[in-house]
Amino acid sequence: MRAHYGKATAAFAIVSALALAGCSGGGGASETEASATSCEPASGPVELTFTTWVPGMDKVVDLWNKENENIKVKVQTGPNGNSGTYQNFFNQLQAGNAPDVGQIEYDALPNFRVQDGLENIAACEGVADAQDKFVDWTWGQVTFGEEGAVYAVPQDSGPMAMFYRADLFKEAGIEVPTTWDEYAAAAEQIKARGSYITNFPRSDVNWFAGNVWQAGGQWFSSANDQWEVNLTGDESAKVANYWQDLLGKGQVSTLPSFSDEWNASFNTGQQWTWVSAVWGASTLASGAPDTAGKWAVAPMPQWEDGGKAAGNWGGSSTAVLKGSKHPYEASKFALWLNTDPEALALANELGGLYPAAKSATDLDAFAGGVDYFGGQKIYEVFAEASSNVDPNFTWGPTMTQTYTDVSDGFGKAAGGNGTLLDALENGEKKTIDSLKSQSIPVKE
Amino acid sequence: MSAATATAAKSASAPGAANPRGPRHSIMSRSAAMLIMGVFTLYFLTPIWWLLVSSTKTGGQITGTAPLWFTLESVPTFLANLGNLFTYSDGVFGRWLLNSALYAGLGALLGTVIAAMCGYALAKYEFRGREAIFNIVLSGVLVPATALALPLFLIFSEVKLTNTLWAVFLPSLVSPFGVYLARIYAAASVPTELLEAARLDGSSEVRTFFTVSTRLMAPALVTIFLFQFVAIWNNFFLPLIMLRDQVLFPVTLGLYAWNSQISQIPELRVLVIVGALVSILPLIGTFLALQRFWSSGLGAGSVK
Repeated sequence: MRAHYGKATAAFAIVSALALAGCSGGGGASETEASATSCEPASGPVELTFTTWVPGMDKVVDLWNKENENIKVKVQTGPNGNSGTYQNFFNQLQAGNAPDVGQIEYDALPNFRVQDGLENIAACEGVADAQDKFVDWTWGQVTFGEEGAVYAVPQDSGPMAMFYRADLFKEAGIEVPTTWDEYAAAAEQIKARGSYITNFPRSDVNWFAGNVWQAGGQWFSSANDQWEVNLTGDESAKVANYWQDLLGKGQVSTLPSFSDEWNASFNTGQQWTWVSAVWGASTLASGAPDTAGKWAVAPMPQWEDGGKAAGNWGGSSTAVLKGSKHPYEASKFALWLNTDPEALALANELGGLYPAAKSATDLDAFAGGVDYFGGQKIYEVFAEASSNVDPNFTWGPTMTQTYTDVSDGFGKAAGGNGTLLDALENGEKKTIDSLKSQSIPVKE
Repeated sequence: MSAATATAAKSASAPGAANPRGPRHSIMSRSAAMLIMGVFTLYFLTPIWWLLVSSTKTGGQITGTAPLWFTLESVPTFLANLGNLFTYSDGVFGRWLLNSALYAGLGALLGTVIAAMCGYALAKYEFRGREAIFNIVLSGVLVPATALALPLFLIFSEVKLTNTLWAVFLPSLVSPFGVYLARIYAAASVPTELLEAARLDGSSEVRTFFTVSTRLMAPALVTIFLFQFVAIWNNFFLPLIMLRDQVLFPVTLGLYAWNSQISQIPELRVLVIVGALVSILPLIGTFLALQRFWSSGLGAGSVK
């Protein structure tokens, strides 16, 4: 593992050097090595800006501002990352007025790293020691496995499990599936009753990636100073063929996710399960209110009998952006924001965040049973899932483009035109082209 | 619409074309025209109807009830939704409405004055480079505002004005199309003899412009104002790029930001719908109030 990390470091160093030379054009190639710059506190009072799109975050920051006279944080907001805030960050980085602290999802972090948009805060007080406070895999996401480097503090996560209609399964006498084979068998029986086992989310490629993640696949890796793109490895192909089979038999629906029809389909009992992330609990509760009390949560179906692997869908980090004049104070704030029990509780209450901190399990919000799920303590299932997420999964530097290309193909496959595997093959090709066009070294 | 009517009339009269100018033809062509207009009206009004109906529902009812008709407890639900809209997140929505009104109202007003002066000068004064200036302004019509947003961001970053109301307000003042319309209209409706008479009577150029010329140009000015008002009210990309502070957001950007949160915070769905309904009311109001000037202004500009 160490050896692998070392190579990754070199690859990232080269990549960012090239990105600097190729894109930003000026500013000089500062430290592109994974060595943290020194991180000293400022002598006087400091004002930080923090851009986030989580609703209610201003209230959480108020808690901080009350206790920290000398480090005032000002909250800025906008639409979610891919809807505009990431582009704004890149514009601001170019103009030299990026916020000190910004919310960045895990799958977008490598993009910012490659464009040299992140400060390495490993040397800042308390950052390196904070590793134990966060769920293992989230720490891997913010360090990219580089030695002596930390580029962000994990904020929230989306460990996956299976929401299912306990009442319908019981009534029909169908066992709740624990493996994907059983899941496919159940899909057939449910289809025979005129319903669907689930909806295939043709535009949520990150959901699909979560499934590949569970299966032990890797879409991106870096070795020999190059990125390697592999959307069609054995695990990806296995997952793609599995869902292709269900699609082909018409045993899953293909409604656009989170749309009105989609909600209605869940609300009227057309959908029996939803393999989704922890935040899906509130999506269901508000989208399908008529089915309250009838749902339950079980671990994701497994590829191997008795397995425990889980995937992840979503989640963000709190990063210190390049050019911040106060990385010491910024990382102090980022650590507080994502570990302080009061802050975590409020961020969950107002913003629906499921913290990446291990201490999440101690919060009242995650301790009790949830009425919508018949009083089940669903967060125990998700906490267990979170500890079973593979910590080595790596995102690529061009996820927005990859998502778009793959989801185009998924949409066609859902319409009976081509297969999911075709879509992944095409996405892989386009991703390699895109990396090449940005002068990012990539293995062909 | 006249082209559509003509086509419809032709095809309607084709089968029994013995007497193309008879009453039968007239009824056929009229009903064909009415049909086409009816279809278009339906097409354009259905989304607004859906918006109106949906804003009287709770989150669950939006998916669970007939999409185009009201539920029994529509009125109280609508009032509750409205209440939530204006209290969510410390009532930031009200602030967004005010911002939009400020950007669009004041921006359109000043923008109209600037465009009117510019167009009037181009129409009524002879000077070197007049046509060159006019052509440059005209080419500005062809550049989409979206393409200018990023360069504007970098410029405003240089002078440290991003994330201020100026970042949205100042670019809104410029309207090349307004200049074009003002010039065309001033050339047609402000007689040079009248200006000479005013000069003989000792009126200064500025005074003549404001007291005589603007009155003659009123229909065009209202048109420019409406165009600008709508353009600024609906402008989304520039604020998206410029603004970070949610108290500065116009209502379009605010609703977009909420909408992008729906998968995580599902109760925002209802607020986005009610908010969208409320946000189009000022536009409808402005249109109804200025409608008469709008049509006469457009017509006058188009035939010259």
